Amino acid sequence: MTLGAAELPYAAGGGSLGPMDFPAASAAQNGIAARSPLALFWRRFRQDRVALVSLAFIALLIVVAIAAPLVVKLLDLPGPDVQNSNLTNQFGSPLGPSLAHPFGVDQLGQDVASRVIYGTRVSLIVGLLGTAIATLLGTIVGLLAGFYGGWIDTVLSRFIDVVLAIPVLLLGLGLGAACEVRGCLDGHVHSGLGVIIFLIALVNWTYIARIVRGRVLSLREQEFVEAARSQGASGARIMLREILPNLAAPIVVYSSLLIPQNILLEAALSFLGVGVRPPTASWGQMIAAATPIFNTAWWYMVFPGVALLLTVLAFNLVGDGLQDALNPRTAR
Amino acid sequence: MTRYVLRRILWGILLLILVSALTFVLFRILPTAEPARLRAGQNASPRVIAELRVDLGLNKPLITQFWLYMKGLFLHGELGYSYHSGASVRSLIFNRLPATLSLTIGAMVIWMAIGLPIGILSALRRRSRADRASMGVALLFISAPEYWLGLIALYLFAADIGQIRVFPGAGSYVGLTEDPWKWFTSLILPWLVLAAGFAAVYARVMRGSLIETMSEDYIRTARAKGLPERRVVLRHGVRAAITPIMTIFALDVGVLLGGAVLVETVFDIPGIGRLNYDAITHADFPIIQGTVLLAALFIIVANILVDIAYAYLDPRVRYS
Repeated sequence: MTLGAAELPYAAGGGSLGPMDFPAASAAQNGIAARSPLALFWRRFRQDRVALVSLAFIALLIVVAIAAPLVVKLLDLPGPDVQNSNLTNQFGSPLGPSLAHPFGVDQLGQDVASRVIYGTRVSLIVGLLGTAIATLLGTIVGLLAGFYGGWIDTVLSRFIDVVLAIPVLLLGLGLGAACEVRGCLDGHVHSGLGVIIFLIALVNWTYIARIVRGRVLSLREQEFVEAARSQGASGARIMLREILPNLAAPIVVYSSLLIPQNILLEAALSFLGVGVRPPTASWGQMIAAATPIFNTAWWYMVFPGVALLLTVLAFNLVGDGLQDALNPRTAR
Repeated sequence: MTRYVLRRILWGILLLILVSALTFVLFRILPTAEPARLRAGQNASPRVIAELRVDLGLNKPLITQFWLYMKGLFLHGELGYSYHSGASVRSLIFNRLPATLSLTIGAMVIWMAIGLPIGILSALRRRSRADRASMGVALLFISAPEYWLGLIALYLFAADIGQIRVFPGAGSYVGLTEDPWKWFTSLILPWLVLAAGFAAVYARVMRGSLIETMSEDYIRTARAKGLPERRVVLRHGVRAAITPIMTIFALDVGVLLGGAVLVETVFDIPGIGRLNYDAITHADFPIIQGTVLLAALFIIVANILVDIAYAYLDPRVRYS
């Protein structure tokens, strides 16, 4: 997916909840307790109904992913890799949606609904874990580069430039293909979930790093940092106690925008055959398998796609809601 | 100004060298599979493999191989030979370039023509029904995987398998010089599918950027001066708001020129992306390496152009 650079909100503009952002003074005088930034944020987020619904949907997805075997059993469906070659019609093509198989069946006789449910696991693990690792890496690098400056900054920034110059999808394809034949690193690493998560973290950390670095550069000059330094705080303490809390808002906003893109990236890589391998169910790989037969067996292509669409849409809506709630000055 | 340009170009060349080194590591050192074995094929005898190893220079120390590879790449534009077909990677890429160019440029025109006006209108009529509707639709297109949209488009509209037979189906691409009309019709669906996601993104970015710009003081001044609203919006508002669009446009074009793998695969267009996809199924590393390098080249050039454009527009950048 190449929609990466576009969707990151105004790095230069757009405020965040700074350290002096709540009217504590006059309120305290009147005996009224000020609301914490977290409470303010939650109140604003709550007003966005669509984002709330999406958040609930995501919670549902997480539950389904964790309890996939249970859900499949409750719905009385066969397991995701149970193959059944009897489930074809008189022409040998798989059966469509029916009571026993609400989403139909694929060429191997596997139940599509069951595979869609198990597919949530792959998408969510990759999306959430990959983004989390990328965010962690990016924050560390950005913090170090922005805070210390000098040659550390130069080296790290140039390194980021190199990583950004590499085409994402092609790199993923390359790595996936390279590690598929006989594994990588003397056969220790095989293509699959681990490689995908690694790749996603590898590709996304630079966005976070750049943004964090930019913010740290401006935060570094503020008085509260100078005050901490004059009290003898070490660099590490300033970074962790003073600067990091102020980065929380942009980090949350940007990483929440990365999650849907990473889910789509995993699906794209699986679609191209270098992601998760069968029989593990992945929505992208299901769409790929559906390509030869989709003109007659439409259900095998449509349902995984709809699942992808709804999941990514939900994350996008929550991301938008978070952005509106955390950056009230740039509210749409 | 010239000094800035020179600096950027030199850094770009260095970047290219670094990326080339990285691809060497990725495709020679990382995989366990041996190039000689891959080149020789399935049932080759050990003697053939040994001979190939010498031919390909694989018996030399890794450093020497790396040096030869870089020398060949930068001095001769040598990209190696395909494991699968033996053809020169460079000639393969050049043969496929026109298809990718056709797809990319056409999609570019469409997404700019659709995305920008929608973004501008949405920004001007904030929170109106049209705004909410178009942003909702935009979000849908951003959230849908493009290959899925492509398959749905084929399912609905393809001449051979669709429900409503309007457009040629997958695999019907011909070169522009062979049959201009067929070239055009076979690209309509791919163009629309590829442009859909980008138009959505650009509409959203344009809308956000213009909203922010229109709240600036100088817009208020322009209105106070009595300028017609249209002029205020277009000449002052959009002009300033267009900068983030420029950045992502250059980057997107740079990436797409490396091959829109997903759309090319779904519609069976013989472009660089498709070349890459086929190479992957055959573990044809030289081709993958070549296309990654080419795509990196496009991205680096695009980045340089954007930086130069920014330096031209904003003098402060030159001295950073």
